[in-house]
Amino acid sequence: MSTRLHIDWTRCDGHGSCVELLPDVLTADDHGFPLPLSRERDPRVPARHAEAARHAVRSCPVMALRLVRDA
Amino acid sequence: MTRAVAPMTAPRTPVRRVLDPTPGGSGPVPDLSLSSLLAAVEASGLSGRGGAGFPTSIKVRAVAEGRRRPVVVANAMEGEPLSYKDAVLLARNPALVLDGLEIVGRAVRCRRCILAVHEESLDDAATGALEVALRGRQVELARLGGGFVAGQETALVNQLNGRAPLPGDQFRRVTEVGVDGRPTLVLNAETLAHLALVARHGATWFRSAGLADDPGTSLFTITGSVRRPGVVEAPRGSRLADVIESAVPVQPQAVLVGGYHGGWVPARDLDVRLTRPDLVPYRAAVGAGVLHVLGADVCPLDFAEQVAAYLAAESARQCGPCVNGLPQLASTLHRLASCERDHALPAELDRVARVVSGRGACAHPDGAARFVGSTLDVFHEHVDEHLRGRCPHDLGVRR
Repeated sequence: MSTRLHIDWTRCDGHGSCVELLPDVLTADDHGFPLPLSRERDPRVPARHAEAARHAVRSCPVMALRLVRDA
Repeated sequence: MTRAVAPMTAPRTPVRRVLDPTPGGSGPVPDLSLSSLLAAVEASGLSGRGGAGFPTSIKVRAVAEGRRRPVVVANAMEGEPLSYKDAVLLARNPALVLDGLEIVGRAVRCRRCILAVHEESLDDAATGALEVALRGRQVELARLGGGFVAGQETALVNQLNGRAPLPGDQFRRVTEVGVDGRPTLVLNAETLAHLALVARHGATWFRSAGLADDPGTSLFTITGSVRRPGVVEAPRGSRLADVIESAVPVQPQAVLVGGYHGGWVPARDLDVRLTRPDLVPYRAAVGAGVLHVLGADVCPLDFAEQVAAYLAAESARQCGPCVNGLPQLASTLHRLASCERDHALPAELDRVARVVSGRGACAHPDGAARFVGSTLDVFHEHVDEHLRGRCPHDLGVRR
């Protein structure tokens, strides 16, 4: 079981706080939108970044992020 | 799994099932219980004919297991400009699609049964025939609008719920929450026609055409450099050359398989079978059965540039990577098509294609990236000529 970060692309406006909070999971594309380093659709969040990921979900100004459990 | 040999489709004796004018004769619509229908559809191996090719039985089971009574939708939106097989099917055989819709609707005890058509896809005659076929049935006709992505499952559900015809975030599947907040089963119109025939004739009959691991027949829309464009029915797994033969191709250079989200098969490989594994090297898939023949007189990069511009314009403009990336793909491809001598262009196209893939609510950016990638692969010699500043089609090769 692992945790994944789901991005609702219809909401995301490239504010960039998630990229700052999760530098080991996300980078920014040319336009500042989050780009999963693993290139997975819903990138895996390693346990050591779980707290930062929860912070990213809470601090996204357009509520475009959520954490999902992956069987 | 062992693969059966696909029967050759001789043009004089076409395989006709869903295009048969009297499919399986008349008689009342079979009334199947959920368990018998699921058993028949599962044994038939029927997969979706709208593009994704998902196993139909899994979708039916998903909504049947929901706690609320579901909504069943026949999807005949056909937003792909090169496809008109669902329109032909509805004009020729509307009763078969409606039979399929009613059979599955009864089995899952649906609350609503909806046939969704694009308002521009049916002419007056076809609309008249459809209205006749709808008499006495518990099916609603929804005439909808929208562009290329309007037929995408979540976009269709959004429009049926009175919202804009745009794809939504797929965190929750429409089989859980869809039309009216109910579990919703969206099946392509052609898939439902096949389902009606499975209900009438059984799985063994259905499997008598096509491959063991990809059974049945499919409709194909054939356009481009052909003498007789149109819709044909052929067994799954047929050779590309056999399917396009009846349309009489004229000097084919390549065939775009799967439409604007698909990939190219070059003319030297027309013997390829139209199966998922055989088409992987071309980044193509049978999809909704679009086969567009590119004639030898057309510069493939000019054609691809126009498709890329179209796909960029058809972005629903909701998701950043698609809004930014698709115009970037289109403008870079334009520079390549214009014979700009910048050797970094193919690598830049490849980079942007990778960046947009998997980063949208729907698969529109992925489809555009696949099309551009296949164009660079298959026409790499032509790309090299463009990078030397000349297009072979402008040097008297054109006829």
